[in-house]
Amino acid sequence: MSDLFLTTVLTFDASVRVCIPLIFASMAGLFAERSGVVDIGLEGKLLMSAFIAASAASVFGSPWLGLIAGMFASSVLAMIHGFASITYKGNQIVSGVAINILASGLTMILTLAWFKSGGITPTLQGNERFLSITLPGVDIIDHIPILGVIYRELISGHNILVYLAFAIVPLVWWVVYRTRFGLRLRAVGENPKAVDTAGLSVEGLRYKALLIGGILCGIGGVYIATAYNAQFTKEMTAGQGFIALAALIFGKWHPYKVLAACFLFAFLQALAIRLQGVVIPGIGEIPVQLIEATPYILTVILLAGFIGKAIPPKASAQPYIKEL
Amino acid sequence: MDQSNIAIELIDVDKHFGAVYANDKVNLSVKTGTIHGIVGENGAGKSTLMSILYGFYQADSGRIKVFDKDFISTNSRQSIEAGIGMVHQHFMLVENFTVLENVILGSEDGALISESLDKARIELTRLAQEYGLEVELDVAVEELSVGMQQRVEILKGLYKGAKVLILDEPTGVLTPQESDELFRIFEALKKQGVTIILITHKLREIMSITDYVSVMRAGKMVAHRQTSETNPEELAELMIGRKVLLNIVRTEAKSGDPLLVANNLEIHNEQGIKRVSEVSFEARSGEILGIAGVTGNGQGTLLKALAGILPLSKGSIEILGETISPKRPLNPQELRNLGVAHVPEDRQRMGIISDFSASESALLGYQNDKEINQGVWLKRSLVKANCESIMEAFDVRPTNPDLKSSNFSGGNQQKLILAREFERDPEVLIIGQPTRGIDIGAIEFIRKRIIKMRDAGKAIILISVELEEIMSISDRIIVMCDGEITGTVDAAKADEATLGMMMANALPSDKKITEAQL
Repeated sequence: MSDLFLTTVLTFDASVRVCIPLIFASMAGLFAERSGVVDIGLEGKLLMSAFIAASAASVFGSPWLGLIAGMFASSVLAMIHGFASITYKGNQIVSGVAINILASGLTMILTLAWFKSGGITPTLQGNERFLSITLPGVDIIDHIPILGVIYRELISGHNILVYLAFAIVPLVWWVVYRTRFGLRLRAVGENPKAVDTAGLSVEGLRYKALLIGGILCGIGGVYIATAYNAQFTKEMTAGQGFIALAALIFGKWHPYKVLAACFLFAFLQALAIRLQGVVIPGIGEIPVQLIEATPYILTVILLAGFIGKAIPPKASAQPYIKEL
Repeated sequence: MDQSNIAIELIDVDKHFGAVYANDKVNLSVKTGTIHGIVGENGAGKSTLMSILYGFYQADSGRIKVFDKDFISTNSRQSIEAGIGMVHQHFMLVENFTVLENVILGSEDGALISESLDKARIELTRLAQEYGLEVELDVAVEELSVGMQQRVEILKGLYKGAKVLILDEPTGVLTPQESDELFRIFEALKKQGVTIILITHKLREIMSITDYVSVMRAGKMVAHRQTSETNPEELAELMIGRKVLLNIVRTEAKSGDPLLVANNLEIHNEQGIKRVSEVSFEARSGEILGIAGVTGNGQGTLLKALAGILPLSKGSIEILGETISPKRPLNPQELRNLGVAHVPEDRQRMGIISDFSASESALLGYQNDKEINQGVWLKRSLVKANCESIMEAFDVRPTNPDLKSSNFSGGNQQKLILAREFERDPEVLIIGQPTRGIDIGAIEFIRKRIIKMRDAGKAIILISVELEEIMSISDRIIVMCDGEITGTVDAAKADEATLGMMMANALPSDKKITEAQL
């Protein structure tokens, strides 16, 4: 019994770890899409920032410099996306895909150029990466049954970026629903003309949204390379950006619902790892690929209208062209 | 009074898009505290001119003065600060925002919105009392009626301190009663010293509400008049530069057998929402049946079902010897072969393909005709010749079958579509918004053609948001509200007030006129 309990807690703990980049990326996507810019380039931004962060952390020996470098790299890509799709009113999907391809290619070339290796950066040692923090009081609470295990395994023992991710979500909610910027952000994604005729800059708002998205997505990438792992490896983001996008749709562009979707999808991934090769009595071995595909399947079902309705911001994917 | 006598003054304002002059040396002077109408055909440059005032476009040259101060606006913010508010034809509202949120957008007081919301609530309550502009403040705008949404737009302007309010075609989407209510608001605003610029193509409104009127034609300001010293005939002539028949002379209808009988129709729109229920009527040969109603009350959905685009959920349509039912639908192609022609409401999206040449657009729906097909090939030269002949018959200008459809004016596009449908000699014609957004000259032509088809013994079903159009050419009128028929009247006995009440479904139930009673 206690074995099953521990396994459950550990699976949840693994879910939390997997969940973090999804949270950062989906919150990034939330800003972009709420402003009316579809952000399919989350994957590329995660990858790019993961690579730049791992490189910087390795060269300068500090995860914090890695963090700054990663956020910067991701923001640069976000601005390229903005330049193509806001200023030059290009197709947002095409621009996003281009960013994914660009990141994929550029990370390979730069590992060759900088580290003479095909797709990996040097392994980060000790405090070159973000280490887990043991929260105070673990020793005391540990004696309490159930709660002790939960506190020790699930709540304590994560790195700073994990706690940051969970703090970011209410902050995003507050910004989107309680501030002037949030009001304008929601308006520009629904009806940019209303924003324009109110004397506000549609382009300016969308650039700001993309920049915030770039920074947030950057932290997600930094987490993958310098906290969850200890180096950059080729294509290490493995579709997390797309899962984040799915979570964004699944959570209907609402911060808390998106968080729940991220956790659900992360849990499925953690489960897939834990169930690898496990034979369940009566059912047999569950194909891991099926569990891994579940986020996408669920999203498709949602989009088909079986579980509620996902209505995106009305102006999303439409470049704003001033006309009467 | 430190306020100037002249609110807005335009001196030689020029604006062109490419080679087209939208505004050509325009002069205008609007007195403070008056209602000033600007009339002109579509494309005369009224909207462009007002967009320059509102900072949406910049003039190429010329001077603009607002309350005697030189004024150059490069974005809407500067215009708002100068005291100009604008109610656009298509509302600039965020539909899933509340009224309050829409009002404060762009003029919030601080980085947090709670304070602005409280302040706006107090201010709006005051404005509502002062001008009779009551609106529920905490409802999402999408849940409000069109008339209420328009009030929100006016409130937006006033909240931002507008002293000059520009309204672009404000009554296009309103019932006659809602329009009267709007005019009452105008009077209240005028009393408080607000200057109103009313852009419209409806001469009736100009005559009944404005103090002054300016007429635009082809980008030029052609006349300024005091409203009390002019009349609709003079204004119409100024607008199009020649005499027009405002009321088309026509003979009595000789209605015959019913060609289309609709029984108890229920129809869902593309999103699966029920838009039409319990609708029954018949359309007879030699008669124009007008279907009136405020936009979005099910007329469009009904039109699509009659044309075979949407299936029926309940009921049946007997049409030229065939019966359409939920179990036995006919598609648009089959209906066309049967002799049913359809002129869609949305000219740009359903009537033509803008990137196609005129001859290709003139072929849509009839591309399978044996006459023009040879194996897998189209007989291009015949297609072109056919197009040229219908263009001549319907006076489509320029008479060039190779020109891209989008390069024709709205009126000429519409004539091309009508030509395409009329020239196949159908028995039943289903026509949606035949004259929306086109100039008076073309309107006159199109209406005459429709009447000519009637006189040739065709059954015509006409849907239009222009009550004036319905009344001037229909023989019988059905009014729809909220997907149901709220009245059927003989056009000869119809008056605008009764129709308006029916459009709002506000007629006392004992006075409801039904088909049976007629």
